[in-house]
Amino acid sequence: MNATPQEQAATAAARVFRDERPAVLATLIRQVGDFQLAEDALQDAFESALVTWRRDGIPRNPAAWITVTARRRAIDRLRRAQSAAGRATRLAELMRLDQQEGPAPDVQNMIEDDRLRLIFTCCHPALDPAAQIALTLRTLGGLTTAEIARAFLVAEPAMGKRIVRAKRKIADAHIRYRVPSGDELPARMRGVLRVVYLIFNEGYSASAGDRLVRRELCGEAIRLGRLLCELLPGDAEVWGLQALMLLHDARGAARTDPAGRYVQLDDQDRALWDHAMISEGLHALEQGIRLRCPGQYQLQAAITALHIQAADPGATDWVQIADLYGALGRLSSSPVIEINRAAATGFAHGPQAGLDLLAPLLADPALQDYQPLHAVHAELLRQAGHHQAAVAAYRQAVALTANAVERAELQRRLDELPG
Amino acid sequence: MPEYMLLLYAPEADQQEERARWAEMPLWEELTDSLREAGLLVANGPLSPADSATTVRVRGGETEITDGPFAVTKEILVGYYLLNCADLDEALRQAARFPTARFGSVEVRPIAQVPPFT
Repeated sequence: MNATPQEQAATAAARVFRDERPAVLATLIRQVGDFQLAEDALQDAFESALVTWRRDGIPRNPAAWITVTARRRAIDRLRRAQSAAGRATRLAELMRLDQQEGPAPDVQNMIEDDRLRLIFTCCHPALDPAAQIALTLRTLGGLTTAEIARAFLVAEPAMGKRIVRAKRKIADAHIRYRVPSGDELPARMRGVLRVVYLIFNEGYSASAGDRLVRRELCGEAIRLGRLLCELLPGDAEVWGLQALMLLHDARGAARTDPAGRYVQLDDQDRALWDHAMISEGLHALEQGIRLRCPGQYQLQAAITALHIQAADPGATDWVQIADLYGALGRLSSSPVIEINRAAATGFAHGPQAGLDLLAPLLADPALQDYQPLHAVHAELLRQAGHHQAAVAAYRQAVALTANAVERAELQRRLDELPG
Repeated sequence: MPEYMLLLYAPEADQQEERARWAEMPLWEELTDSLREAGLLVANGPLSPADSATTVRVRGGETEITDGPFAVTKEILVGYYLLNCADLDEALRQAARFPTARFGSVEVRPIAQVPPFT
């Protein structure tokens, strides 16, 4: 059964659109000097691909065809836009590119640089954080505005406005299309990784909304992570983040039971884990560790890896996990990290060692209503045999828990205590 | 001669309002020319919409950059600098050097290249 030329043209265009759009767009934005113009011209090019490819057959290099066509459409659009800033110089430059024969010599490097420029521009700190995420998904990921809106539970017109506004700010405020250099780079790099991780978390910690779209967010974040690993292999945190996302996502299927309830790591059916993804994650972690510059993502990934690599929950290397939480706390201290460190220390060096770490947190008035603190406190007291104190701590934790499954679990442990 | 900065405030315009403001363009030109001829004008310019503003604060040595115009009503405008910068990053870098960025904030607003009719 043969596909009709129409179907073939549509399939080829869809494939190029999905696989090549970000790279083509990245280069086009640099060449035409304007986000919106580049996107509009690219859209024009895809529309004419459907018509032309159906008539003349699919070109040998569809991506190159799209790039050249989009550039010509940009020239047409720019000719009509009388008031565009710097119109004459931009037109001259585009005409020059259009007359050039064959690709420039180091075109591959240029394409990689363009994709980095695009990433750093989408994640520019002068853009609203929510807009950074939306713009990154729209231009570098394969998601439509409608899909992004659904994933973030925002009405589509509102999401569209957010993206348009961000593009206008890039133009109006002259956010330059470039990779930051020197002492700017580390902070900007953290910004990029944060955007990718936020996209991942939005998909991973989905409690509401369209599950399918949210799974797609995890997929997009991991794809972006792969791209960053490819473009910036010398950055340890790029590998660390990629490892962290892969090691979490690999356990996605085991995180809920058939009734949709959350399943703790210790109780998960390991046969449901995606073992290919786990090896990819462990490989990424190794790449990061080799660079000898541990950051927060790498440390979190290492902790997750130790949990996964234990043959069974009882064999977990708690000594190393407690050390890693200690290192994480030295990088950026937070109650969440300290509480996890206390719990791990309890398993590694006995409950009293854990309780000692918890004491300053329990004395902090700001943390009195923080449920995880009381849940861990109760658990450590129970392990230490202080049953009466454990009952009080469990009651406090139960009272502070909004999640029904978690509350039932705490109640079960409370009921098991003697007396 | 003492210098004074005149800050022009106006609500953001819809399309109809923009057309009405455009119609007054000759008045603006006349006014600006007369100020220049009288030797009173130091610098002037239309700002891009508030949409394109960025606010810079320096706290504990860290530069915090936020999208949007500065909005804490308890702080008042205490000065201005008109700088020529290559791009926004350069402008933000310069903004972070002002002592005001440490105890207040510095709003960075691009001068509009095409007058936005305000």
